[in-house]
Amino acid sequence: MIQNPTLKSTMKAWLYILPMMLIIFTFNLYPIVKSFAMSFYTDYNFYDDVVHAYGLGNFATILQDSDFYLAIKNTFVFVLGVVPISIALSLGIALLLNQIKFLSGFFRTVYFLPFVTSTVAISLVWNWLYHRNYGLMNYFLGLFGIEPVLWITDPDYSMLALVIMAVWKGLGFNIILFLVGLNNINETYYKAAKVDGASGIRRFWNITLPLLGPTVFLVSVLGVINSFKVFDEVYALFQAKPGPAKSTLTIVYYLYEKFYTEYQYGIAAAAGVVLFVIIFAVTLIQFAYNRKFVHY
Amino acid sequence: MDGHQKENAGVAFVPDRRYIEVNTLQVRFEDVTMTYGDKKVLEQIDFTFPAHSLVSVLGPSGCGKSTTLMLISGLMFPTEGRIFFGDREVTKLDAVKRKVGMVFQNYALYPHLSVLDNIMFPLKMAKVPKNKRRERALELANLVQIEDHIDKKPKQLSGGQQQRVAIARALAKEPSILLMDEPLSNLDARLRLEMREEIRRIQQETNITTVFVTHDQEEALSLSDQVMVLEDGAIQQMSTPRDLYERPDNLFVASFLGKPAINTLAFDPNGRIRRMMNIPQPYAGQIETVGIRPECIIATDHTQDALFRGEVTHIERIGRGVSAKVRLDGAEMLVTGLPAAVEEGQTINLTADDGDLLYFDQFGRSVRWSESGSSVGSAGA
Repeated sequence: MIQNPTLKSTMKAWLYILPMMLIIFTFNLYPIVKSFAMSFYTDYNFYDDVVHAYGLGNFATILQDSDFYLAIKNTFVFVLGVVPISIALSLGIALLLNQIKFLSGFFRTVYFLPFVTSTVAISLVWNWLYHRNYGLMNYFLGLFGIEPVLWITDPDYSMLALVIMAVWKGLGFNIILFLVGLNNINETYYKAAKVDGASGIRRFWNITLPLLGPTVFLVSVLGVINSFKVFDEVYALFQAKPGPAKSTLTIVYYLYEKFYTEYQYGIAAAAGVVLFVIIFAVTLIQFAYNRKFVHY
Repeated sequence: MDGHQKENAGVAFVPDRRYIEVNTLQVRFEDVTMTYGDKKVLEQIDFTFPAHSLVSVLGPSGCGKSTTLMLISGLMFPTEGRIFFGDREVTKLDAVKRKVGMVFQNYALYPHLSVLDNIMFPLKMAKVPKNKRRERALELANLVQIEDHIDKKPKQLSGGQQQRVAIARALAKEPSILLMDEPLSNLDARLRLEMREEIRRIQQETNITTVFVTHDQEEALSLSDQVMVLEDGAIQQMSTPRDLYERPDNLFVASFLGKPAINTLAFDPNGRIRRMMNIPQPYAGQIETVGIRPECIIATDHTQDALFRGEVTHIERIGRGVSAKVRLDGAEMLVTGLPAAVEEGQTINLTADDGDLLYFDQFGRSVRWSESGSSVGSAGA
């Protein structure tokens, strides 16, 4: 069935690709190019789509905006909080699920449900859980004699509240990926390790974890990228506010405010470009680390 | 280690037996039964593998040979019965504690570790200090002749090289017993021969009790001090390779061993075999089947010497020898090593030496007697 490409077969192939290309071009590529261009519009009339002046002014503006630095800081705190906890927790749960035969399908479904549930619905439920007087979280803390925490309204706790919810929401997806990774580890490695005198814990550190390297890498890259883009959780959990005293103002939230409430399209686009550069840099670092330490 | 090793560094490797040959033990099974669900894989198995010997466990697939190995390794536990290493009972110990060395069919080298790290892994688990580990691993890399590849990853090695690493890793922790699960089956024919000799060499240099599981009779017969034939979860025979071939205990062993397979004929109490061969009276009555190996049959010109007479229905010429199918009355027989002049359609006379005929009773058990007339066969009495 392998043919040499002819003009006809090439044209046919392009024809098949065309519908998807149209969608990707219209909704992905064009907006990307456009937003990069927009970040250089310093004088722009949105309604006429006429650009009066180009320049680096938008970047200068955001780099002098303390809110933007706050957004970057908050976003990094969020990423560094969510990704490691999520990886550790989902790996642990995946290991346990991998051990049980009974009801494992049921538990998989249960853990996966948050991933397919609307963020708004989840945020509303968590808003309840976090309620200062009637919330389940404070009820449990009360059992240990801990004073009620103002999860949603205290700037010191709002980021923690956001991180906990985000970890919980992303758990299911990571668990599925880890289960696939665990299943891909050949059983004979464990047999060999047992014969070689490795106890359960040492088999985990010496066999499971290194051989799970590619999965850990995948999960961490996806997690980092997704967490950098955090917006809807913030919007829904704090009811259209960036948390008390801007304590959960993230980069995308900053971008959203500039675009939809302040109509500063150029500045919003510039923030988007900065976010892109940050994600790109972090991912490059991850890839470099991967090449050095993860073995396929 | 003292300076001993360094002096030999440039010269051929001389194994330090003081170091390797510690505590190699015999393996003993007592009434071991293994069941999976309703299926009995092994039933009341009893055997002793002597220390320092290389024993093959041979049998068709599904006969329980891999299970036997798993039971020795401690990766599985018997349903009933007891297992001993030397005088020590190990039935309840799991693989982590039994400290056997094992070579897996697909080698199971840790893909993320270098060759040297693979060999050092069991030592790391045994908490051997780092410099000792390295020293010991290098010594083993030398023993299995993989010293030029110690920094490579397993996937950069050929099958034979991976095999060598697997053996070195299995020997690293100075196990009392070395187990090999069909270690040659993933290699091509030429490498298989080479590694067969290597395994024999390494076993003899280290003198470690070795259990070798295989379905390949040629491997088992050429390698081992002793061969244990398993079928249907029961030991059919355990003996030296030569005895196994020449003096099988039963019809299964006789027909399982040998390529091409042994010819079996119904025994006619009034036939030529009964008249021409020296079969003592009490045994003749028990015999049901006669077995004769294709290479033991000789062509003869004299009709009066012939045990069999038949028409050649098919011949194959391989080099100098001729192998032929000969149709007898109601039976067909394969004969190898006939003279080149034999043609298809020809009628020939065949005979064999007295000692080359094997006799079996109605249960397939061997019927044997010594020259003096007393029974020696497994089913003699």
